[in-house]
Amino acid sequence: MQIDKELVAASATPLVLAILAEHESYGYAILKRVRELSGGEMEWTDGMLYPLLHRLERLGHVTTEWQASPEGRRRKYYAITVDGRAALAEHRLQWAAVTRALGGIWGGGDMPALAFGGA
Amino acid sequence: MASLEMEVEHEIAAWRSFVASGPAVAGRDLDELEAHLRDQIADLRHSGLAPDEAFLIAVKRMGRVDEISHEFAREHTGRLWRQLVAVTGDDEGGSGGWRNAIAFAVGAAIAFAVGAAIAVQVARLVAGFPGDAPSWLARNASLLVLPFVAGWLAVRRELPLRGWLWSLAPFALGAVIVNVYPFDHGGATEILVATHIPVVGWLALLYAYSGGAPGSHGRRMDFVRFTGEFVIYYSLIAIGGGVLMALTTAVLAPTQVDVSLVSQWVLPSGAAGAVVVAAWLVESKQRVVENMAPVLTMLFTPLFTVMLLVAAVAYAFTGPGNAFDRELLGVFDALMVVVLGLVLYGISAREPSTRPGWSDHVRLVAVLAALALDLMVLAAMAARIGDLGFTPNRVAALGLNLVLLVNLAGTAWYIGRFVAGRSGFARIERWQTAYLPVFAVWAAIVVVVVPAVFSFE
Repeated sequence: MQIDKELVAASATPLVLAILAEHESYGYAILKRVRELSGGEMEWTDGMLYPLLHRLERLGHVTTEWQASPEGRRRKYYAITVDGRAALAEHRLQWAAVTRALGGIWGGGDMPALAFGGA
Repeated sequence: MASLEMEVEHEIAAWRSFVASGPAVAGRDLDELEAHLRDQIADLRHSGLAPDEAFLIAVKRMGRVDEISHEFAREHTGRLWRQLVAVTGDDEGGSGGWRNAIAFAVGAAIAFAVGAAIAVQVARLVAGFPGDAPSWLARNASLLVLPFVAGWLAVRRELPLRGWLWSLAPFALGAVIVNVYPFDHGGATEILVATHIPVVGWLALLYAYSGGAPGSHGRRMDFVRFTGEFVIYYSLIAIGGGVLMALTTAVLAPTQVDVSLVSQWVLPSGAAGAVVVAAWLVESKQRVVENMAPVLTMLFTPLFTVMLLVAAVAYAFTGPGNAFDRELLGVFDALMVVVLGLVLYGISAREPSTRPGWSDHVRLVAVLAALALDLMVLAAMAARIGDLGFTPNRVAALGLNLVLLVNLAGTAWYIGRFVAGRSGFARIERWQTAYLPVFAVWAAIVVVVVPAVFSFE
């Protein structure tokens, strides 16, 4: 099953914030984590992640730092801020409301747990 | 195998330069994207793919380059700003359309510049300047020129008729007020109006500049940049014009030509037309100034900071009470406005996504020193008003200092939080853009309310 483009776009911000709430990370690792969490069903265009990350940085939801990887590759690491955690909590409330509404009409049992719920 | 590796390296380099051709993708972003591509290639090769196969799949996953650069452009509108001309060119379609668009833009700018020059000359002839210098000329000077800038911006932004009306209405309103009020000639309120109406007029340009969306914070920040770069361009034109005038006068002096004609005809027309021309240059020759502006702010912010610190410490020791006479207050107001302008412009020229650096610390010190000075000025002013009561000048100065004080305090607070890593740079920008209307409202109060309250004395 492929998830709808709009739905992927709408969930991208909370998903990225939730992944960064686990621990700081860099672009490629964040995408790998998205694939892992969604079982490959959320297909992201890799390049689109970066404008999103830069927007989060501009909003002060994440901070960045360039670090060298063990293989000597320079990577830009993103870490969530207090503001970012607040935004994530807000996203969670909104998504919970959405899933409650859908669960109410579909019957809560077969609603799959949302991937980012575990932050 | 080694040659295949080399080939992939070439491919990566080619891909990188292709992505780099996007207007809003900066050098560090390229590093980031390339690191991603290389990670992906390494993983794919790990699972057994040949280098060239791994490259192809990694590039495919990365997405179409035009879509990525479009997405970057949406996020980094500030970087895109310098490309405005190229973008409108694309909209026209093809290079022929672009050339037409440029010809149209140049033609429009020249037409409006000539319009401003004619308006000023007509007013000058009616007033009989320089033989006679009626004070209405000073009150109306900015109202003769700025509507042409607004009109030119309205053409450039392709505003509908309603947009035109909104762009020009403030000037019509200002003209009515300035000319209907029965000012005492050479009185304090008249001088205040003459100095404040240009501020109102300039901020009124925001409507046309923002394409009819003056509420947008992004557009307001662009307008701040526009203002700063306008000042630079106008100064450059003024210096060049001054040299031209001086040489013309010197060359023509021995001949029978009446040299005073130069100062009567060329100087006012040039000064008025240059306002439109400078605005046009800022809009279209963005890149030239963009390289210079950060350098200028980086150069002058520390110098002004040192000066402010010295002044703040000196006045703190000597005690400000008796030192602040009327002229000095004016000097301090000018200083505060310049510092605020420098900070504002430094903020607008700064790449928002970079981390706090030494220039942000310097800016914070500058703002704090200015804040301390402003508080001392306010204290002195309050004492003066307590002793001698309100006059139009004191009200205007007090209001300006309060408006500046609140702005500086907010600026210091948000820069402090940013430097401490507690909030993003966007908050500083947002504070400033949200504050812009306060300046306009205060200047408008000085123009509209203060003269009436003090019965136009």
